[in-house]
Amino acid sequence: MKTPATALVRRIPLVIVVFLAALTIPWIGSRYDTFLATQIAISALFAVSLNLLLGTTGLVSFGHVAYFGIGSYVCGILMKTYAMPFSIALPAAALGAAFGALVFGFFCVRLTKIYFAMLTLAFSQIIWAICFKWNDVTGGDQGLPDVPYPDLGWMSSVPLLDGLRIADQFYVLTLIVVMLSLAAIQRVIASPFGLMLTTIRDNPERAASIGLNVRGYELAAFVIAGGFAGIAGALFGIFNRGVFADFVYWPKSAEVMIMTILGGIDYFWGPAVGAATLVLLNQKITSYTEYWPFVLGSILLVLLFVFPGGIVGGLATGANWLRRKKGGRAGA
Amino acid sequence: MLEVRGLSKSFGGFRAVSDVDLAVAEGEIAAVIGPNGAGKSTLFSLITGHLRPTTGSVFVDGRDVTGVAPYKICGMGLGRSFQRTNIFPKLTVLENVRAALLAHRGRGPNLWSRASRLCCGEAEALLGSIGLAGRAHVVAGTLSYGNQKQLELGIALASDPKILLLDEPTAGMSASETHETIALIGRIARERRLTLLFTEHDMAVVFSIAQRIAVMHQGRVIAHGDPNAVRADAHVRRVYLGDAPMGTRR
Amino acid sequence: MDDVSLLFGQFLGGLTTAMFLFLIASGLSLVFGVMRVLNFAHGSFYMVGAYLAWQSVQWLAPMLGNFWLAALAAALGVALLGGLIERLLLRHIYGREELYQLLLTYALVLILGDAAKALWGTQQLSVSRPPILAGGIEVLGVTLPLYNLFIMLTGVAIAVAGWLVLTRSSAGRMVRAAALDREMLGALGANVGALYTGMFAVSSFLAGLSGALVTPIQSIVPGMDVEIIVEAFIVVVIGGLGSFWGTFWGSVIYGQVLSFGILILPSFSLFSVFALMAVILIVRPWGLFGRPLR
Repeated sequence: MKTPATALVRRIPLVIVVFLAALTIPWIGSRYDTFLATQIAISALFAVSLNLLLGTTGLVSFGHVAYFGIGSYVCGILMKTYAMPFSIALPAAALGAAFGALVFGFFCVRLTKIYFAMLTLAFSQIIWAICFKWNDVTGGDQGLPDVPYPDLGWMSSVPLLDGLRIADQFYVLTLIVVMLSLAAIQRVIASPFGLMLTTIRDNPERAASIGLNVRGYELAAFVIAGGFAGIAGALFGIFNRGVFADFVYWPKSAEVMIMTILGGIDYFWGPAVGAATLVLLNQKITSYTEYWPFVLGSILLVLLFVFPGGIVGGLATGANWLRRKKGGRAGA
Repeated sequence: MLEVRGLSKSFGGFRAVSDVDLAVAEGEIAAVIGPNGAGKSTLFSLITGHLRPTTGSVFVDGRDVTGVAPYKICGMGLGRSFQRTNIFPKLTVLENVRAALLAHRGRGPNLWSRASRLCCGEAEALLGSIGLAGRAHVVAGTLSYGNQKQLELGIALASDPKILLLDEPTAGMSASETHETIALIGRIARERRLTLLFTEHDMAVVFSIAQRIAVMHQGRVIAHGDPNAVRADAHVRRVYLGDAPMGTRR
Repeated sequence: MDDVSLLFGQFLGGLTTAMFLFLIASGLSLVFGVMRVLNFAHGSFYMVGAYLAWQSVQWLAPMLGNFWLAALAAALGVALLGGLIERLLLRHIYGREELYQLLLTYALVLILGDAAKALWGTQQLSVSRPPILAGGIEVLGVTLPLYNLFIMLTGVAIAVAGWLVLTRSSAGRMVRAAALDREMLGALGANVGALYTGMFAVSSFLAGLSGALVTPIQSIVPGMDVEIIVEAFIVVVIGGLGSFWGTFWGSVIYGQVLSFGILILPSFSLFSVFALMAVILIVRPWGLFGRPLR
């Protein structure tokens, strides 16, 4: 019997539930837990933004890290070199990344499949080369160390948040930004625009013949995904206490792609689950051995051959199997 | 309603379609037939903008649509279903149709509303009219071949076309499935007062519902007119039954 | 006279880089042209070749002519590795989407990279030049190291040999047929599976050989796999994915752009090669010598 209470609970979006649960960490966990949670939140946003391209639109971008990097550098430069507040630096980072995605994406969406992937890679390496060499602006191979924390004084006026360490306060801020972003992306995916993207993923030719300007939609998706990646990058630059060119080196694009696929590209929360899993696994395993890449590679192999649907995909398949078994018994 | 003048398409040295003239009146059901490689699918692709003609023009309802991109042609009243089933396999049947309806109404760029709440009534009505009402929440890729073809038709109809091009609508179907599909197509054409142009290999189908037939061979139209005239045409008989050389494979 | 020497020196440097890169990229292009797989792990094969060459030199130290044997042994070792990988892993993933193929080869990059680290550690290793090729010759006021000349000639030799094999031999004909229509070839009775394994082994052989041959002029370091693969990608994109001569000329162009780029805009030479890759992809995605892919 569905009571009004359970009906109400069902209507609370998962985003809010996750947000509230994650919010408790600074109080119930250690400093290290908060550190990990911040990293997970940022990586989750980065991965979910990639999945807007990968899982929703079917665009395999091997250069998504370019926009993460643009976001990091824009925010870092504005806050460190120009002492601007976070409330300006963050939107600037998002816009800068989105603009980069617009310029690069314009050329990329004209290509398909392997050429598309190659061009995204080329553009991201161009960004890397610029960040690596433009000493005056980006600090070159030294990067931008000591990016300041945003001014979190306002948090002292909020009852519960008063008395938290600055890293914990930043975590709360990160959580707010990430959750709002995830909610926004979720909204986009559930919208008619999102539905159009899935038709492009499933059958671009047919999508064109129902009246969609496929390139236009792909470009729009590219820009939105890039913008959110930029937000993740901005947060990461502060979290990492510095912005460095190796953020933008191409294996990082592969890393976020692995997170996304590990979690499952067919589900909204898949990439977030993948991000959490990878961050936690990384921390655990690097404490035992220095051969993390080997472990990651092996996980990837298992994923490709045994669980192509990722973690959430595997769970969903398992749940379906259970449901059918129960249905079988209850039926008759 | 549909007029094609002097349409030609060459690929390098190979003339796939040569100087084709065709006219289909409003509300008419017309068929294009011919052996494999005669250029029927190429002709369709030229009409719908998937290929640019080398020469010639295409008019829909009096408007010149030659070479217009496929995604724009949809808005000009031209719908097409494809030879190899062309649906959105990972979406449900309902979503397939809903997407087509939303796209046609220009509601694609909406990033805010919940898609699942839009066009529900029309989508369900459309599914009902093509016989897929009970399968709304089935994932399209898991449908049977026949059902996928029905869905294909549904997607084309969602764009509210005035003229519908059907590329081998009964390909790969059994005799009973063919019969059902043709009955469905005929009923829909009458209900919506559609103009229909289709290609087919199954002669029984063609002669059962086509009001006008054009016969293609090696890229040219060698005969056209009402079914009886075409059936009696000597050249046509030679092409189909006699010793005319096979058309080159595409 | 000085300017001419300088320019000529850069030109020769560019040619050396080019032929080097051609040795590596030729295998990559071959595999992509026929099997449509973009093998990220190709750079790893190159690295393994370098390490195996070093290892062989250690073991063969007392013997004369050890460098050449070591290089050959390394190349064969990598060929074997490649063949095994193709048989055991790659062949199960041909039918699937590109993304999965790319990820599989990337997984190999991760695994092979760490395997090399485990076996040989992280310090730089090097191999000395074979005595015959120590020293250099004077050309137009520039000292050209004999070893570099050797690399250039090897590159050209492989290009010509490869071209002859592809166009004149029956194996080459099968390879070209497979590039055009794999299913048809299988239907004609050819053992496409064995062909693919063989091709992948040959490609790995080339990668391993180039790794071995680079050891006298570049130290062996972790990370050389990741660095070289992007350069190889650039070269095959410029020349045309799957085009043999395209890869050759792509390498030459890349070598000169890098070489003269440093003269003109030192800090942007890095940027210039990626920009070149981007420009080619935008303007002519199938490269200078390739054919539009279906």
